[in-house]
Amino acid sequence: MEFDTFLLSRIQFAANISFHILFPTITIALGWVLLFFKLRYNSTGDMRWMEAYRFWVKIFALSFAMGVVSGITMSFQFGTNWPGFMEKVGNIAGPLLAYEIMTAFFLEAVFLGIMLFGFSRVPNWLHTLATFLVAFGTMMSAFWIIVLNSWMHTPQGFEMIDGVAHATDWSAIIFNPSMPYRFVHMVLASFLTVSFLIAGVSAFRWLIGGRTEGVRVAMKTAIFGAAMLIPLQILVGDLHGLNTKEYQPAKVAAMEGNWETDTGVPLILFAIPDEEARENNFEIGIPKLASFILTHDWNGEVQGLNDFVTEDGEVLHPRVAPVFWSFRIMVGTGLLMLLVSWAAATMMIRKKRGIEGLPKPMLYALVGMSFSGWLATLAGWYTTEIGRQPWLVQGVMTTKEAVADVPAPMVLSTLIAYLAVYAALLAAYIFVIFYLARKAAKGESIDGRIPPAPKAAPKAVPAE
Amino acid sequence: MYYFGDPAIWLPFVFAGLMGVSILIYVVLDGFDLGVGVLFPLAGEDEKDRMIASIGPFWDANETWLVLAVGLLLVAFPSAHGAILTALYLPVAIMLIGLILRGVAFEFRAKAPTPHKRLWNNAFFVGSLMTSLSQGFMLGMYVMGLEWTWINVGFALLTAVFLTVGYSFIGATWVIHKTAGALQIKAVEWAKGGIWGLVLGIGAISLATPFVSARIFDKWFSWPEALYLSPLPILSAALVYALWAMLRKMPFAEDRFSWLPFAAATALWVMAFGGMAYSFYPFVVPDQITIYEAASAPESLFIILIGTCIVLPTIMGYTVLSYFVFRGKASELRYD
Ligand code: HDD
Ligand code: HEM
Ligand code: HEM
Repeated sequence: MEFDTFLLSRIQFAANISFHILFPTITIALGWVLLFFKLRYNSTGDMRWMEAYRFWVKIFALSFAMGVVSGITMSFQFGTNWPGFMEKVGNIAGPLLAYEIMTAFFLEAVFLGIMLFGFSRVPNWLHTLATFLVAFGTMMSAFWIIVLNSWMHTPQGFEMIDGVAHATDWSAIIFNPSMPYRFVHMVLASFLTVSFLIAGVSAFRWLIGGRTEGVRVAMKTAIFGAAMLIPLQILVGDLHGLNTKEYQPAKVAAMEGNWETDTGVPLILFAIPDEEARENNFEIGIPKLASFILTHDWNGEVQGLNDFVTEDGEVLHPRVAPVFWSFRIMVGTGLLMLLVSWAAATMMIRKKRGIEGLPKPMLYALVGMSFSGWLATLAGWYTTEIGRQPWLVQGVMTTKEAVADVPAPMVLSTLIAYLAVYAALLAAYIFVIFYLARKAAKGESIDGRIPPAPKAAPKAVPAE
Repeated sequence: MYYFGDPAIWLPFVFAGLMGVSILIYVVLDGFDLGVGVLFPLAGEDEKDRMIASIGPFWDANETWLVLAVGLLLVAFPSAHGAILTALYLPVAIMLIGLILRGVAFEFRAKAPTPHKRLWNNAFFVGSLMTSLSQGFMLGMYVMGLEWTWINVGFALLTAVFLTVGYSFIGATWVIHKTAGALQIKAVEWAKGGIWGLVLGIGAISLATPFVSARIFDKWFSWPEALYLSPLPILSAALVYALWAMLRKMPFAEDRFSWLPFAAATALWVMAFGGMAYSFYPFVVPDQITIYEAASAPESLFIILIGTCIVLPTIMGYTVLSYFVFRGKASELRYD
């Protein structure tokens, strides 16, 4: 049977996590950007910063709500679809998830209320502190979940007793070999996603005539932020790849689309990998470059996919085409980000004209790239996760071992329901962002129908 | 390791206790904001805004208790977690979609163009209803031992309705506390209707539980256990009576005691929950898996416990801070 419970559960999990990750990717960095706006406002008293803050805090609130509800779905997925996961490695995954809930989720959730509704009801310092704590909390969430995810890629610090993993060394578990790379890469991804979102929406507002000071400072923050971070991201991505080569060589071979172990391996730019024939069609490559990138030696030896097939023909590497292509989408998007952000930054610096220095085509390009961060992030996660298959926890348990014994039609029905809800919400989310931008550009109040806070008994304390 | 006796004994007990407390806090806190959602269609347009205002700063944190409860089940009793959630696969999915709809509706209804607002109001109501019904359904299935038979499903459908009405009751008491004027008077009426859901729900579960399980029957009706248990029904009945008498006279002059129905409702939940916990102990999956069999390895539970002892009081602290900051009546529309 083609669509069995296993495959459907995988699709459902992939759909849920892909939907979830879109929103944390925005909130992780946007929290800090808001704190930056707020601190600038506190120190200069300049309303431009407050204007930027007030607009983006709304996008933040919306993204946060989307992240929370999809995250709750995630936390039930383990039990409903992957019970084997917790039974086998629960002793390790459990505490990590518990620390995420206790140190991050409550912190964010409680102070979010004060951050969103408390501005005129608590002293300004407490409001700033709440903004900080929310930003800090989202970062902690990302940290703990990345620890767990990285441990699934490079597990260590445990022993197996009767088929169940028991922790032996928590610092080895938390600081597992791929964690620092993955965490830094993910946080940078988040900042880049947010930079391009802010740049895109600001360009949109500017184009339709909303030429306010708030748009100006937001655009400046976004473009210079992106231009500074993207080279770093490429560097970290490269280091991440080298780390993966050490611990998950089959994944790297699939990313490179390299079948045979060889020296002086070319970097393949385009190809259509053929899993049946175990070769690439229509291959275009740059000679020796892959060897150079991966070993820092033009003639270095690079392991090929055929090394991961056993004598009796069992395939121990992931499917090649999806890994190969998602990796190229991510890197391609990254290079495009580099190009666009540097070009925009140069235009803004020249003659010190800021956003006025950007010609129309550049503004349109920025609008087009509003969600480029999502594309790169999803592509990156697909590289990472599909590249780990058939393992769920590398070398410890396969994905198949974890799947629940739930009838396939049941999984199918919930999958369809989730997909329908997600599609509708995603459309509504993007629509509302541009709707708010249009309203702001027309100078209408965007404060509208926000649920107000209950009135405090004593007189509200105004901001300084 | 053996400071307080065998950790394989007391750790599962402590974690079962923590999980129970999280579930209890969840049903009270998210109970009131779900209830507000269930009551939504009964309110007028601007009353809706005030009802949302009364829960706006809290709902997210309230829901986090569910994440904690499921998280504790997951981390402390992994095999029970799998067994329970796969048995309840469909109601869980319905609940999740409900939670998604109502959670995002908070934000969308405030930001979307005015003509869309109706749509998001409906999403908020439908989401709250789906969530409450499926939670009640799961409660019923759990009580009946998680077997999908016609009788059990019928019973679970009944508890689904009762729990939903029960939530709307505690939601109404919250609205009584957080609003004034016409809306408050309406909420008193809602509470008078909702209290019966709670009474019938507690009654149905109390009647069903001992007959599903001989073990629980013995626990209730043997001597002297029956004696320890007797304060629960007596106190509950007294509370229900007092609530009813009070609601008939509310609101009092100068809004005195507007918090009392909510407090009394909370007390009722606590007792109902206490009774259930007493009956089911030591099982996590009724009559199948005990907390001791399902527990994770002591070294893992230990490392969570250390964190919990530090973090949980802190969480309580800033939760109280948040309720203090947003004390008083929910005001007219104003975005700060
Ligand atoms: C804005 C987002 C973004 C951008 C521009 C890039 N990446 Fe990335 N990448 C991610 C966002 C991301 C990610 C979503 O954050 C991933 C998925 C898992 C992870 O840790 O990071 C990822 C994973 C990931 C992996 C897989 C690691 C593994 O085996 O788990 C590699 C090798 C790279 N990246 C390398 C790069 C390189 C060489 C880039 C150069 C342009 C690059 N990334 C740009
Ligand atoms: C956040 C971004 C993530 C994305 C987009 C993502 C995506 C995916 C995808 C596409 C698969 C399916 C692989 C396949 O079908 O071959 C998968 C598998 C899996 N991932 Fe992730 N993942 C992410 C993060 C995580 C994290 C943080 C965890 C755990 C803490 C995780 C746990 C799993 C599990 C349990 C599976 C097995 C189920 C399956 O194969 O579908 N993932 N993920
Ligand atoms: C299987 C994996 C995952 C699970 C079970 C999960 C679970 C959750 C839950 C329950 C929430 C809501 C918390 C609340 O009530 O406030 C949440 C939010 C969040 N998650 Fe995830 N999550 C997963 C994957 C990820 C990944 C891969 C990241 C990022 C790298 C991430 C980052 C966040 C952040 C920053 C939040 C904060 C709220 C927000 O910004 O939306 N999560 N997650």
